[in-house]
Amino acid sequence: MNQRPALDLTGLPTFGHGPRSPTWWGTLGFMALEGMGFALAAGAYLYLVTLWPNWRLSAPQPNHWPGTIVTLLLIASLVPNHILNGYAKRCAMRSVRIGMVVMSLLGLAPLVVRWFEFPALNIYWDTNAYGSMLWVLLGLHTTHLITDVGDTIVLTVLMFTHHGYSGRRFGDVGDNVFYWDFVVLTWIPIYLLIYWLPRLG
Amino acid sequence: MSSADLTSERDLPPERETSVRGDIAPERDGPRDTGMDDASLHRWLARTWRTPPGIIGALSSVDHKVIARRYLITAFLFLCLGGLNAVAMRIQLSGPQRGLIGPDLYNQLFTMHGVTMMFLFAVPIVQATGIYLVPLMVGTRNIAFPRLNAFSYWVYLSGGLFAWVSFALAMAPDVGWFAYVPLSGPEYGPGKRADVWAQMITYTEVSSLAVAVATIVTVFKQRAPGMSLDKIPLYVWALLVTSFLVVFAMPAVMITSTFLILDRLVGTHIFNPAEGGDALLFQHLFWFFGHPEVYIIFLPATGMVSAIIPVFARRPAFGHLGLVLSLIAVGFLSFGLWVHHMFATGLPKLGASFFTASSMLIAIPNGVQIFCWLATLWDGRPVIRTPLLFVFGFFFTFVIGGLTGVMLASVPLDLQVHDTYFVVAHFHYVLIGGSVFPLLAAAYFWFPKITGRMMSERLGRWHFWLAMIGFNAAFFPMHIVGLWGMPRRVYTYPAELGWGNINLFISAGAVLFFLSFVLFAFNLVHGALRGTPAGDNPWDAGTLEWATSSPPPGYNFARIPIVTNVEPLWAERGALPVATGLRVDVRELLVSTVAEAHPDIREKSATPSIWPLLAAIAVGATFLYSIFTPWAIIWGAAPIAVTLVGWFWPKADPEDEE
Repeated sequence: MNQRPALDLTGLPTFGHGPRSPTWWGTLGFMALEGMGFALAAGAYLYLVTLWPNWRLSAPQPNHWPGTIVTLLLIASLVPNHILNGYAKRCAMRSVRIGMVVMSLLGLAPLVVRWFEFPALNIYWDTNAYGSMLWVLLGLHTTHLITDVGDTIVLTVLMFTHHGYSGRRFGDVGDNVFYWDFVVLTWIPIYLLIYWLPRLG
Repeated sequence: MSSADLTSERDLPPERETSVRGDIAPERDGPRDTGMDDASLHRWLARTWRTPPGIIGALSSVDHKVIARRYLITAFLFLCLGGLNAVAMRIQLSGPQRGLIGPDLYNQLFTMHGVTMMFLFAVPIVQATGIYLVPLMVGTRNIAFPRLNAFSYWVYLSGGLFAWVSFALAMAPDVGWFAYVPLSGPEYGPGKRADVWAQMITYTEVSSLAVAVATIVTVFKQRAPGMSLDKIPLYVWALLVTSFLVVFAMPAVMITSTFLILDRLVGTHIFNPAEGGDALLFQHLFWFFGHPEVYIIFLPATGMVSAIIPVFARRPAFGHLGLVLSLIAVGFLSFGLWVHHMFATGLPKLGASFFTASSMLIAIPNGVQIFCWLATLWDGRPVIRTPLLFVFGFFFTFVIGGLTGVMLASVPLDLQVHDTYFVVAHFHYVLIGGSVFPLLAAAYFWFPKITGRMMSERLGRWHFWLAMIGFNAAFFPMHIVGLWGMPRRVYTYPAELGWGNINLFISAGAVLFFLSFVLFAFNLVHGALRGTPAGDNPWDAGTLEWATSSPPPGYNFARIPIVTNVEPLWAERGALPVATGLRVDVRELLVSTVAEAHPDIREKSATPSIWPLLAAIAVGATFLYSIFTPWAIIWGAAPIAVTLVGWFWPKADPEDEE
């Protein structure tokens, strides 16, 4: 088919941050499907709650302190996370490197506390359906936490190599910030379901 | 049209030279397509976008067309296997008390038939068609996240092999494609059969989700300049809505299968009523996926019909906006119907009434689509070729399936015919009529684009009539035998019930229907090897996939087309406007804005890589081993992590990677 040039793309930039980047949209897509998974797991838990008038099924209440510490750590991490996002948008390598190291450490800290959170549930996964659902909800979030921290550490290492000197990598840092927000925000309803819903009844 | 008309006026991101600290390496420039003669341009692009030679090169391919062809062939092979299952079952049921197949094998057969057709054929083949066509139809050079796309194929292939090897080893799932608890639970489902179902489902759905995300991003961010939302082809709209359905529905089946494997493998009690769980929760979660699943299969088929009818009617689709809104409405409503699969479970009547109403409501947007298609044909000058014949077959069969669907949405009738052959007849009319007939139409329609050759029209017509007669002979009498009370999923029946003759007729129809696919397979092979050369646009169609050669080159388009109309090839018959300025020495593609498709960024597409295959092997081995021990997840995490780091770690060119 005959063609006629009608538009010159030469001047376009070679990377973009946030919604300009396809990777941001891909991250959003995975957040949507993972968020759906969280919502369905939470829905399953609430469904079982409505079936049983004595929910908790005679199990002891979970100790909320490890979970609360994790919550505080996660919420606190949002501040440096968004400062890091600003550095990434400005393509400031030194600040980004520092920010990535800080975020790696702030990702590992709640994981350490999470280790103590499972026994603090005061019930095992195979005791009854209540225990099963608590372990499922906590396990689901822990999986996300581990994978995102792993991703953050790999990206941190990468930013200290010559591969970091690329606009695309700064976009990756921005997407990593975006995903960490998701990990933190999905934890809040799960925290309420695990530790505070049982205390209502 | 000028570049100022289409280029985004928003602030540009900081370019390399704007970094105060000089942190980013200066952009290496290279040759561009601007001003380059056609022969040089094709040579450059062919070298840059080629799939590497050799076996490792082939296994590393990230070309969406290569991946899609693999998907299509694999899905067709699974269709044949699932079809053979069905023929075996029909031979067993062709007369009363036949001793060909025992109950244990029969249970595996109908389970594998359902699992194969739903998870290994229907969803993968519609997504595969999208993988091939969507990038071409939106005018881009590759799908978004090409390595993820390659990964999705390897995951799908190994998930299918996982299921079929288990069948060969007589340990295939035997609990139906839905695997209801408690039948599939630890108490009533000893052995590993239900575990195979659970892990294979989780595993293959990873593939569907990956494709859905890649498709959404391709449509949102990689459309050709000018392809604003109102100019997106209807088929692409259908794939977009379908991808959203996948994103929001598939996690439900993954949660279901994960809960099931946890109950079976580590002793959780999620579905165990004795310890506070609930068996009905399984059905709620499963059908929250299961009903949208029908539309995940059906909507792309309607997109195919919307693409084919205008071409053969010789006019644009009537009611383009109405068709788009109908697609979106069907997508939304499909989530509100799941309980109509559970009317017989004793749920509260108010809930049943709501789901009856919503089930009937979805007939409205489907009706709008059908009337728009009829109006397009009515107002056009239809040329009846094989693709259009299959579209007519779709009208006939799907309308029957839709009518019996309205019947089943009524609680009293559903309670009468629940789990009888009436339901089997209904959903085969819906799924085969609603999806397979449009798929066959699409196969004849796009085969010339994929292979560069035409299929035989004569054989195509024979295929159509054999398929129509065989299909209706096989499935229409099932309504009758279902109303007589013949239950589903039974391996035989006593002679005195008088069902022998009608079942013999049904079985003969099933064999005829199967033979029609043998003829189709012959036509495919014959067409690919000896078909008449097709040329770029043998049907004189109007959408962008026909603007490039047949089969398309690795880079799809030498220059990115500009879209001025929903049927740009009909609107720009003189010369197609194109954009220039992309580099030709690296895999550069155009990223555009979501709503208006204004050019926004030049971004590099991923290069071929063996890591997606290695990652799929690591994930597959982990899932396979996990049916034996939960520790597999722990041990498997390390190789998965290694392969993912290998996948994402930049190689030679820091800008080259996904």
